[in-house]
Order: sequence, then C-alpha cells, then structure tokens
Amino acid sequence: MAETSDTILAIRGLKVDFTTPDGVVNAVKGIDLDVRAGETLAVVGESGSGKSQTMMGIMGLLARNGTVGGSAAYRGRELIGLPPSELNKIRGAKVTMIFQEPMTSLDPLYPIGRQIAEPIVHHRGGSYRDARKRVLDLLELVGIPEPERRIDSYPHELSGGQRQRVMIAMALANEPDILIADEPTTALDVTIQAQILSLLRMLQQRFGMAIVLITHDLGIVRHFADRVAVMRRGEVVEQGSTAAIFERPSSDYTKMLLAAEPRGHKAPPLDSAPIVLEGRDVSVDYQIGGGLFSGGHRMFRAVDRVTVRLREGQTIGIVGESGSGKSTLGRALLRLIPGAGYYRFGSTDISGFDRARMRPLRREMQLVFQDPYGSLSPRQTVGEIVTEGLFVHEPSLSKAERDRRAVAALTEVGLDPEARNRYPHEFSGGQRQRIAIARAMILKPHLVILDEPTSALDRSVQGQVIELLRRLQDSHRLSYIFISHDLSVVKAMSDYVVVMKDGRIVEEGETAAIFESPREAYTTSLINAAFNV
Amino acid sequence: MSFVLRRLASAVPTLFIVVTISFFLMRFAPGGPFNLERPLPPQTMANLMRTYQLDQPLWRQYVTYIGNAVTGDFGPSYVYKDNTVAELIGKGLPYSMELGFYALLLALIGGVLMGTVAALRQNSALDFSVMSLATIGTTVPNFVVGPVLTLVFAISLSLLPAGGWGDGSLRFLILPMIALALPQLAVFARLTRGSMIEALHADHIRTARAYGLPGRVVVVTHAMRGALLPVVSYLAPCAAALLTGSAVVETIFTIPGVGRYFVLGAINRDYTLVMGTVILIAIFVIVFNLVVDILYGLLDPRVRHD
Amino acid sequence: MTDITAPPLQGTPKTRSRSLFQLALIRFRRNRAAMAGCVILLLIAMFSFLGPLFVPHTYDQVFPSYVTIPPSLEPRPDASKLQDAIEGVAARARVRLDSFAVEGQSFTATISADEPIDPRATRYFDRANEFRDTKVDSSRDNGRTLMLTGKVDRDYFVFGTDTNGRDLLVRVMLGGQISIAVGLLASLVSLGIGVLYGATSGYVGGRIDNVMMRLVEILYSLPFVFLVVVLVVFFGRSFILIFLVIGAVEWLDMARIVRGQTLALKRREFVGAAEALGLTDWQIIRRHIIPNTIGPVIVFVTVVVPKVILLESFLSFLGLGVQAPLTSWGALISEGANNIQSAPWLLIFPSIFFVTTLFSLNFVGDGLRDALDPKDR
Repeated sequence: MAETSDTILAIRGLKVDFTTPDGVVNAVKGIDLDVRAGETLAVVGESGSGKSQTMMGIMGLLARNGTVGGSAAYRGRELIGLPPSELNKIRGAKVTMIFQEPMTSLDPLYPIGRQIAEPIVHHRGGSYRDARKRVLDLLELVGIPEPERRIDSYPHELSGGQRQRVMIAMALANEPDILIADEPTTALDVTIQAQILSLLRMLQQRFGMAIVLITHDLGIVRHFADRVAVMRRGEVVEQGSTAAIFERPSSDYTKMLLAAEPRGHKAPPLDSAPIVLEGRDVSVDYQIGGGLFSGGHRMFRAVDRVTVRLREGQTIGIVGESGSGKSTLGRALLRLIPGAGYYRFGSTDISGFDRARMRPLRREMQLVFQDPYGSLSPRQTVGEIVTEGLFVHEPSLSKAERDRRAVAALTEVGLDPEARNRYPHEFSGGQRQRIAIARAMILKPHLVILDEPTSALDRSVQGQVIELLRRLQDSHRLSYIFISHDLSVVKAMSDYVVVMKDGRIVEEGETAAIFESPREAYTTSLINAAFNV
Repeated sequence: MSFVLRRLASAVPTLFIVVTISFFLMRFAPGGPFNLERPLPPQTMANLMRTYQLDQPLWRQYVTYIGNAVTGDFGPSYVYKDNTVAELIGKGLPYSMELGFYALLLALIGGVLMGTVAALRQNSALDFSVMSLATIGTTVPNFVVGPVLTLVFAISLSLLPAGGWGDGSLRFLILPMIALALPQLAVFARLTRGSMIEALHADHIRTARAYGLPGRVVVVTHAMRGALLPVVSYLAPCAAALLTGSAVVETIFTIPGVGRYFVLGAINRDYTLVMGTVILIAIFVIVFNLVVDILYGLLDPRVRHD
Repeated sequence: MTDITAPPLQGTPKTRSRSLFQLALIRFRRNRAAMAGCVILLLIAMFSFLGPLFVPHTYDQVFPSYVTIPPSLEPRPDASKLQDAIEGVAARARVRLDSFAVEGQSFTATISADEPIDPRATRYFDRANEFRDTKVDSSRDNGRTLMLTGKVDRDYFVFGTDTNGRDLLVRVMLGGQISIAVGLLASLVSLGIGVLYGATSGYVGGRIDNVMMRLVEILYSLPFVFLVVVLVVFFGRSFILIFLVIGAVEWLDMARIVRGQTLALKRREFVGAAEALGLTDWQIIRRHIIPNTIGPVIVFVTVVVPKVILLESFLSFLGLGVQAPLTSWGALISEGANNIQSAPWLLIFPSIFFVTTLFSLNFVGDGLRDALDPKDR
C-alpha cells in the first residue's frame, strides 16, 4: 500500500489471535490500513469481522488471552510491543478512543468532571483543580447543558446521549491526533445518534484530528466518512474513498452489504379485510418503587390511551425510541400484561379475559422477541422449543406427529430439520431468530407481534429474516404488528405506521404518507436521523 | 439523615420479632433452669419458680420481659445467681469487643490485600498459594487452629501465653486473634479476589487503560473501589459475629468475654441469659447493617440516599 | 459489543450436538483440581462406608490393655511384649523356655524341664491374655521337652487408640459416615426448603414475595447458632434431628439464591415466549424455571455441604453433637484438641480426613461453578 506523506497511523500485517479452550482463533489475519491526518476512515464490518479487535490490539487493550502481532506505526513510532509505560504516553494523549456502551464505559463511582480531568492531569501534569476550568470548557464544547452543575454529576444521572458526549469530551481533552470511535452510536436512539455524529463532525472540523469510525452501519458511513475499509472475517475485503465504495463496490461482500439495506414496500390490505385484532384506548400503568412497609408508590403510565386496529394481512409498524411504550403496547394487545381499555380478537370481546380464558386463543396470536439469545431456553433442544406450543394446544398429538410438524416448521423457516436435535447455543443469531419464528409459526397463528425481530442481527442477516417474514405473511395471510426503532426496516415491512413517544401516538397513517410527508416535527426528526438526510 | 431514621425505625419491628421468636422457642424447650439431675424438693422448686416469676402464665412473663427489656433490664441470670444478665454482658462485652475488633482489622486488611494480589496475578503461583491459604482458612475449624497455635507458640516455643486475658496486652491477644480472624480473613480474600477479577474486566477499566492512566491508578482508583463493594456488604455480618465473641475461641483461650454465655446459657436453660445474648447479637447485626448501608452509599453514588 | 473480553465466535454448529450439561461436563472433566477432588471424595466415602468391613474391630469395642497407644504399623502386642509375657508364663509353669517365635497370629515355643512335663501345662499359657488354644505339637526326651503351638491375639492399631482404648481407625471411619451423612442430608433439607421457598417467593412476587423475604431477613438477624443450640436442646441429640436442625437453619442463603434466579429467569424472554404460547404457571416452572436454576443450585450445594459439616463439628465441640459411642469427625477432632499434647494422633488423623474432605469439596465446587458458568454463552 502506498504510504502518503500525511499518513499518521500505518498498520501493516496486523494480526490478533485469541487462545481459547477450543484452540487459537485468528480474529485479525494480517491487515494493512492507513489513517491520514485529519481524515475520517470508516472501518465497516459485521460482528466477528475483527474491526474492533484491530483497534484494541493497537491500543494494547486486548483481553488477557489475546495477542497482537505485525506493525502499527504512529508517526513513525512502532506501537506494537511497546511497554505499557511508553504506550501510556501515546494513548489518551495522541490517540484516544470512545466506546459503544456509554453506560458502562464510564466509571460509575466518580463524577464525570473528575473522569474527564483524569487524562489531563496524567498527561499534562497539574492538579484536578487546575484542570477544572478546562473540563468546563470541554463540557460546554460537547454541548452538555449547565456544565457548572453537571461537572459533579455521576454517570448514572445522565442520559445515554449525554454520557457519550462526556466520553467525547474526555477524548478531546488532550487534543488528540486520532480519535477512534468504536460503534459510538449503536447503543443510542436514532435522533441522539444523529446529534452525536454531527457533534463529532463539528469537532473534527474545529480540531482537525483524524477519526477512525468503527461501525456495522453502512448508513452512517455514507455521509460521514472520507474513506471506507470493509472488513470480513479478520481481513480487509476492500478499501477506498466513500464515493467509490458506494458507487462501484468491487467485492461481492461489499455489494451484498449494500444490497442488504432493507428494500421494498408492502401494499395495504383491502378495505374489506376483516379486523383481526383491535385495542381501543389501551392504557398500561406500572407501579414504580414502593415496598411492603414503605408505601408511597408512584404510578408510571407506559401506554396512554392508544387505539390500534389490525386487519387481516396487514402489517402495522410501531415506531418509537426507547421508553416510548411500543413494546408494552404489543404485550398489552396480546393480553400478556394487564391494561385498561377495550380489546377485541376477531369478533370476540376479550377485554375481561383472564389468563385461563386467553389460553385457547394463544395459538392464534404469537409473539417473536428481539433477543434471539434470550428468547430460547438454553436447556431445551430446538425440537422441544419449536413444539412447545403443540404441547399446550394439541396435547393429544403423537410423538411422531409432533416431530413431523417440527420438521415442517423448521423447513419452512429455512433451517435444516436436523437442527431439532441440537441446542440453541450451537446456532448463530440469525438462525436462532429463525427458530423463534418457527416456534410461533408451528401453531399456524393469525397474527404475530414482532418485537424488534431484526434489531440484534447483522444487516445481511436482517435482510434474510425480513424476506422470510414476508414470505410467511404471503403464504399464511398473516397479520403483523412490527415493533421497531429502525425506520428503514419498518418502511420496508409495513403498510401502516404508528409513531409513538412517551406512551402516546404522535402520528399514524399509511407508510408512504408518513415517510413522504410527515406532519409532526418528531416524525420528521426520526426520519431524518434514520436516513441521514 | 432521614434515611438513617427510617432504617432505625424499621429495625424496631425486626428486633421485636427476633425477641419474640427467641422467647417462645426457649420456653417451649423441654426442661427448665432448675431441672437438675437430682430433682429439687417440690417446695424449693415452687419457691424458685415464684422468685423468678416462672409460675405466671407465659403471656404475662412475656409482657413483663418485654417491658423490662425496653428499659435495659434483662432480669437476673438463673445460673449465675449473683449477677443480672446486664451485669454479665457488661462485664464480658469489652473483652469480646476488643479481641473482635483486632480480629476484624486483621481479617479485613489481610484478606483484602491478599485477595487483591491474587486477582492481579490471576492463575500465578502466588494466586494459587493465597487461594490455598484461604481454603485452609475456611476448612480448618478454629477449635483445631486454636489448640495447634497454643501447642506451637505457647507450649513448644514458649513465645506467647497460652490463654487468659492477663493484663490485656497484645501478647495475650495475638493467638486468639489469629484463631478468630482466620476464617473471616479467608472469606474476605476470596470475596476480594472474585470481585476484583470481575472489576478488572469492566468496560470502564478498559476506558481508563485506553486513556493511558498508569496501571497503579487504574487498579487503585478505578478497579479497587468497585471491587470493595461486596466486601463492604460482608462487613456487617462479619463484624457482628466477631465483636460479640466466639464461644469456641473464648473457651480455648479462657477469655472472659460474652461468647461463652450464649452456649452455656442455652445448655443450662438460663432463659434470661440466652435472651440477653440474643438481643445483644441482634442489635449488633442491625446496627452494623445500617453502618454498612451508609458506608455503601458513600462508596457508590448510585445507591446514595436522599 | 464487549470485544475486550469475548473473542469473536466463528464457525457453524459442529456435527455432534451437545447439550449445555454435556458441555459443562466436558469443561469439568478438563479441570484437574476438581477431578482430583472428586476422586478423593470418592475414596474417602469408600474408606468411611466400606472400611469397617475390613477391620475386625467395632467402633465401640474397648481394649483395656491398649488405652491411648500411638499409631503403629506393627501389630500389638509387639514382639518384646510377647517375649516378656511368655517368659512370665514359663516361670509360672516352672519350665525353661528354649525357643519362642511368633508368626502372624500364631506362635511356637519349645519348653523343657528336668522332669517330664505334664501336657496340661498348656493351661498356663491359655491363662495369659495374649495366648490361646495352646497345644502340644510334639514331645521329645520322654516328655521333658515339649514343642507347643498356639494362637496369639494380635491387633493392628494403625491409627492408635483413643483415651478409652477404642481403635481410632474404626472411629475415624464411623466419624466419616456420620459427618458425610449429616453433610449430605442437612444439605438436602436446606435444598428442599430453600428451593421451595425461594422459587415460590420469586415466582409469585409482589406482596407475598415482600413478606417472605422480610421473614428471611429477620431470621438472618436471629443468631443461627442460637437456633441450632436451642433446637438441639429442644429435640435431643439424635443423629436424625441434628441434620434436620442444621438443614432447617441453613436454607436462608439457598432461598435467596433460588429467588434471585427465579426473578432473573422470569424476566428472560423465553419465559415470556412460553407465556405467549399459553403455558400455565406450573408448566413454566417445571419446563423452564427449574431446569435453568439447577446449575447455580448444584454449585451452591457444594458450598453448603462443607458449611454443614463444619457446623456439625462445632456442635460436637460444644458437646451437642451425636452421642457416644457414636461419633463424628468434629467430635473426634474436639476430643483430639483436648489431648493435643499427650496424644496428638487423636487430633491429626480425624483432622486430615476432615480437612481433605472440605478441601476437595471446595475444589469440586469451584470446578462446577466454572463449568456451569453461564457467562461463556
């Protein structure tokens, strides 16, 4: 690779290995990368591509069982193999990092001001008192309101976005040459994501540092990076200018990633289609705090008088940020949690139904969860998991018949039926989500509530799961309620969109109408943030 | 402040229930304080019962007891006839508390240091030896440790006195202190090691390292403080147990503390003495729980009260 | 992403399918300390329960002539003692002892006298404690010299004897039986109460949970030694009651752990999925909650067993343990501690077994915790 004069970090033949009980895992297999002064380099890859481990290796932050080899030279100075005391002169001063989890990346036991001051004091000397002025300036700079008051706050007293701003302030404290941002926005809501990214861009223009953005999200990259390196399985598949990568991707993998952005749209059902599920004025209250003797509990209204009507064959997308009440609404509609309001399933009024009376109806209405790791019991075989519904609703089924149904269900979701003798931990995230879908589909339900079914998956896998869900909908005339914070997926999946905020519906309407001409400012900000307009 | 008051208020019913349970449990046990091997003449027995108001209905005894206990009167001891329970406890408690305090310091400081060192050198020979010592500490009962210490240091080497309080100087305290502290030291070492290893894997430790903070700062200011939280939690039951004396250690080293009363009282059916010690221990447990809660709040801003 | 700790997992499912339990077993087998602990525990259990079959003495058999003798691999009485004894016998029978040899459990002796010896002289030999069944094998010199054979009662006291003259080896075996049995049974009792209480409290939740946990809190501030002592005084000192009583006070931690587990499981999505499928509470508890709490519960049992054994030994130290002539390791150790200067073996042998057992249990517990640790998923 041609090393230009403005290259400040030259990575050559970098390897990262992990020693595990099952042998050595080569996480990074000898990659070359250059970071030039003042540029933004995006390192893109799915989970397991080695994109984070590359940077961790350079920064000397690998886990105990990790080793790093090859070369990484910062302004001609070799970083690999440097003793920690020498490396400490560079990291935190010349090269700094921000991480994905702003919640856990800050020490919960110290005020943020002190944590920002720490690298200043250690790299520049002086006392914490001297550093205070600079910390206040930094907090101001990263847009923390009332820095004088916030400087003594603890991380748990700040929101996720604010914490990430604090991390950025800490990263800027010593005016670094390179800022490594490891998935800086992944854990944040879309609107916050956009704010953080524009903050980073503003700061880059002001201080001229290079940014290495590690991300799985191609959407961010297009508008933010100068150059892109695509990584897969520990190797750099392709690198070049952002424009070139997006317009003329050369590797199949990059093409696949680009194509994996959810596409397509769904036609609304006929007006004559019968209503499958209706919830009118649905409200859900949670009790917070309050013990046996202490009393004084407060009620928190998670869902506030929401009305939803789902027709046969329809997909309603429910969109909102964390805490908007969208998941709670989904569970309330299935009568899994108590809620006020009027509920109707088909022509049956189910408002007053208790758990026992709901039970026979359960086979008609199913739920698929976000976390494919948590939603499958680790101690059951896939076969047992998938047939669990039959065990409840068709207990008279013979063993052979149950097995036959399991084979059919697994085949339908695109899994090898052999899977039914294995355990969930042997499968990848996408495969597990297919298992969870098979568990719902084996009962031949009329309606499925999909609670962030693709959010925990890589983009390329997301696309496959969406395709599967569409196919199932067509072949079984299913109705979906699709709950997601990811507007691009909702746009592709649903024909009707409900935007929620703080437990209320902000706006609703046909998908096309909502996305093309949103009426509410909140909807607009969500759409702008999601599509990086 | 109001947090402290609230906690104290909620401690009252706990204490009350503890006292009630103990009172009735004790009374329903067969045999009484005066059931000796040779039965007393009925007349004497009746007199004794009257003197100690044991002829009254149980509920009245209970009410009387509670009423007196509130004013700090725990009644006369049935077996140590010349003393009230309050006197016995008042006499013995300072000894037990002094010994227990030293043992607590030894266990806490020694355990935390050993645990930290073991965590920093995880899976090394040092780690292994520290953890072996901790395992020995938890598995060898202190009625073995006590006599062995006596045999080695007092009898064979004649370095230290074999028992007794003497003039209360440190020489007399060393052996019982070690016997008392060893099991707790082992617990502290294990706890510290475990939570320290976990703390060193936390994300914010990675942040501190990524910002070039020296290893010493990372360990001491960032990892250690978080790692000490579980240690602090264990401090309450441990302090309560050590400061209220140990029947075993006080017996082996003939220390005039309160630890022995508990067992002697129960064996002799000395109702009032047992009740006195139960209340004493319960108060210690409750008070130390409160102290630890406050300490915890100081260490961890997330649970800070008010 | 927690890249710093977790290296990326790659690869497709292997062809051979293994359940989590099997994986845990494989990890456990790899842990050498834990496996060694298992083997040692097994050996100690065999020693305690099968050992008595191979030792001719019983645990309550008193040997008045061997009180507090130190351990030795030599049989008792030893050669010089027997020599003294036979010389005494010869003197009493007024014969000369020409030769004397002991082999195993029998002896041969040659006696002679100036006059022919009455064969009934063998009675003198039988009269001594040491010799039995003395017979005249052959005679020479017209009966002036007799070759005698007979049996010698020789006992092995590999561990020595206690202050009452009982074989310590058998006592240690019996102590092991009782300590192990108390440890296991009391742990089972605490397991039963704890799991039932904890699972109910955690699953039902709400106000009932609050009340149930409040009770546990109160019981925590009740000095548990007191409970044990009172209960033992209350019920008497029989073996069954001792483990019941210990189990009855050791369930608090178990209840807390199971409750915590249940609460955590209740929030897991697979329980939510089971509810959405229409499973009843009982079906959820049976199919999802219990199988998933087993791991931590097993680990905790390995912590409770040594704790219980220690507690029993503490009771024995206070004189509240099982009653003589029955014994436990704890009782033996406390007896030994009292005689530490005069008869250190009384402390050493039971302590070795006691400490080795607890050590092994510790390693097995650590191994199980590592093997079942859900973090590696």
